[in-house]
Amino acid sequence: MERLLLSGNEAIALGAAHAGLRVAAAYPGTPSTEILEAIARFPDVYTEWSSNEAVAVEVALGASYTGVRALASMKHVGLNVAADAFMAAATTGVRGGLVIVSADDPGIHSSQNEQDTRNYARLGKVPCLEPSDSQEAYDFSRAAFQLSEDFDTPVLLRPTTRVCHSKSVVTTAEGLTLDRKPEFRHEPGKLVMLPGAARGRVPKINERLSKLTGYAETSSLNQVIEGSPKLGIITSGISYQYAREVFPGASFLKLGLTYPLPPNLVREFARRVDTLLVIEELDGFIELHLKALGITVTGKEIFPRSGEFSPDVIREAAAKAGFIEGSSTKCLPIGGLAKRPPLLCPGCPHSGVFFTLSSLGHRSALPGKNPRPPKLTICGDIGCYTLGAFAPLSALDTCGCMGAGISQAAGMAKAGLDEKPIAVIGDSTFMHSGINGLLNAVYNQARICVLILDNGTTAMTGHQGHPGSGVSSAGQPAARVVIEDLVRGAGVKNPAVVDAFDLKAVRTALRQAMTSSELEVVIVRGDCPTLTRKRGTPMQHDIHKCDDCGACLLIGCSAIKRNADGDITIDSGVCVGEYCTLCEQVCPKGAISSGIEVTP
Amino acid sequence: MTGQNIVIVGVGGQGVVLASNLLAEAALASGCDVKKTDTLGMAQRGGSVVSHLRYGRSVASPLIPEGGADILIAFEKLEAARWAHFIKPDGTVIVNDLALPPLSVTLGADTYPSDTEIAAMIRRYTPGLNVVNGTATAEGLGNAKMVNTVLLGYAARFIDIDSRLLLSTIEAALPVKLRKANVSAFEAGQKLSPLTV
Repeated sequence: MERLLLSGNEAIALGAAHAGLRVAAAYPGTPSTEILEAIARFPDVYTEWSSNEAVAVEVALGASYTGVRALASMKHVGLNVAADAFMAAATTGVRGGLVIVSADDPGIHSSQNEQDTRNYARLGKVPCLEPSDSQEAYDFSRAAFQLSEDFDTPVLLRPTTRVCHSKSVVTTAEGLTLDRKPEFRHEPGKLVMLPGAARGRVPKINERLSKLTGYAETSSLNQVIEGSPKLGIITSGISYQYAREVFPGASFLKLGLTYPLPPNLVREFARRVDTLLVIEELDGFIELHLKALGITVTGKEIFPRSGEFSPDVIREAAAKAGFIEGSSTKCLPIGGLAKRPPLLCPGCPHSGVFFTLSSLGHRSALPGKNPRPPKLTICGDIGCYTLGAFAPLSALDTCGCMGAGISQAAGMAKAGLDEKPIAVIGDSTFMHSGINGLLNAVYNQARICVLILDNGTTAMTGHQGHPGSGVSSAGQPAARVVIEDLVRGAGVKNPAVVDAFDLKAVRTALRQAMTSSELEVVIVRGDCPTLTRKRGTPMQHDIHKCDDCGACLLIGCSAIKRNADGDITIDSGVCVGEYCTLCEQVCPKGAISSGIEVTP
Repeated sequence: MTGQNIVIVGVGGQGVVLASNLLAEAALASGCDVKKTDTLGMAQRGGSVVSHLRYGRSVASPLIPEGGADILIAFEKLEAARWAHFIKPDGTVIVNDLALPPLSVTLGADTYPSDTEIAAMIRRYTPGLNVVNGTATAEGLGNAKMVNTVLLGYAARFIDIDSRLLLSTIEAALPVKLRKANVSAFEAGQKLSPLTV
């Protein structure tokens, strides 16, 4: 069989495809995005970017009800959105195997919070599998479908960022060919959850859980790796790899199935070792179960309860608690270096609207000038445009969860805020859950401004399609919902549409929207430059006309720099030229131009 | 071959992840166990990027411990200093002679260290410092984007994978029209001498 170097996400996709997957649905979210992207390369599997995670689970569940194998993938916070659909699936059970992948992000590499998906497994009384490298991502993904069908349950597959986004060697096995004709069998007692039928499902769910517990005792998903009986370590996921590196001689009980836990297996392992450690990222989930079984164990009193683990984190915690010799301090990083936060790309259509909000709201001052107290209240949302919160734009005041901005602004208006709050949301997030907030704000007549920043794609996660993009998950043309039509349908009278690269038009539309006595929607439209890859003639900067006022720097464009002599220069390698022109429009001295003539 | 730990760092958009993917494929082709992982900022561009690559007989953690890297390849000078604590005391640091000041520096809120300061920072961890003219060499060959191939060419003398295998892996991964230029870039990198800092 083949020996491939795959990321955990690619391995999950390949494992699912080799298990006979027919339908896969997802909403993009780091670190889970590449799972559906990789599945979309298999022509026999139907894939879609759903408008949100609840929809994705519902689509996959519907497919499962026809007897085929289905998968929904998302990031940890997506499972919050999908929680209702997830619990519905946990209650009815499945027909064809149903796998729900929820990728956790310990250390918050690219998320708004840190949460442990395993708690949902306990809530739904469904099994949870945790792969520790790409080989297991492949194997567990395959095994999860069988487990789902054997126990009439959705299966939660929980990788973490480090598994999703690391590559390791995968040896593949023969792919299954399932010849299943999709067919719906009517069984209201299982699938129509009116109270009477739902009550009937509860004992079945509890019975399922106890059968799963029995299965966990002997399942090859859980493995004992014999070592010294002095130190035993119970661990799961990527923590196993780190722990193996720090304690090469220890005995390990590596749990691939972390819910439900096998009581006999863990008791027997605990009995055979002198000291027992539990090493797990985020919550003390396994630890709590062990303690409930009366097993003496050391876990979260020495290892961190939050953040991403690494061999260094585990080594340091174990050394502090006296389990191993002290760690060295000579590897400390150099302090005080200039940070390098991510920026909006050169040519980004969001730069102009944030620059305008920033200047109208006194958010940034020219170099050498004192900042004034900020004006405007701007509710943000989740996407590339969240980067508008960074200096020099500094143009966001809130960012909570997908779709929250519009409703937060409405709440502020209803609370009696004097000024008219502004909500800023991207097109994909608007389709995901922003539309719900808008419907509510229109219905309840909230006096707010909603800016929909439409760059025609889900840019933050790498250009996935959505209902407003006209592109399917496989990159094919798709039906397109026109945002202004949708907004009108929601009851907004005159949504304005402006060109994101025309600063005057953006400013006029914003001023109008901010002063009117009604709810206003402004759609700011411009292509994402990293999607279109259009490159114009780079802008020229004339140092003789420049008086070094610094206005161009306030756009926050990474193509505008100061060279070693202190002069402002434009990086011709990344500037998109006439497709943007924001700096040309901003410069009061006319020192920046798209023409090629430069004063000698 | 005993295997190596290689950290590659730079700024989003410079091709750090591609370079480490190519090295990883070469390590796989040489019969090793391989693990690699990238830590990226939120956005696609402009943030600090670090990639960990480990290969050998058997690899557990994809993350390299601090002080555990045999080779650190930095596509940008400030990033070399930021990640220098990963290098072993007898490890090799390869720094591309290129400064990309972050916006905080351009706006005057932070300062960018001088070349001698950066060299001193790195020498706190290892004496094995090599500053090379990667970007200038790639520009001289007609395309600044080939800097990653130039740097891999220079690094080949420290990497315990056969450099012919390294070059053929790079060639195979590229579109046909870019192959010839990148072979020249790799060979130019192999011939580079480090600058005196």
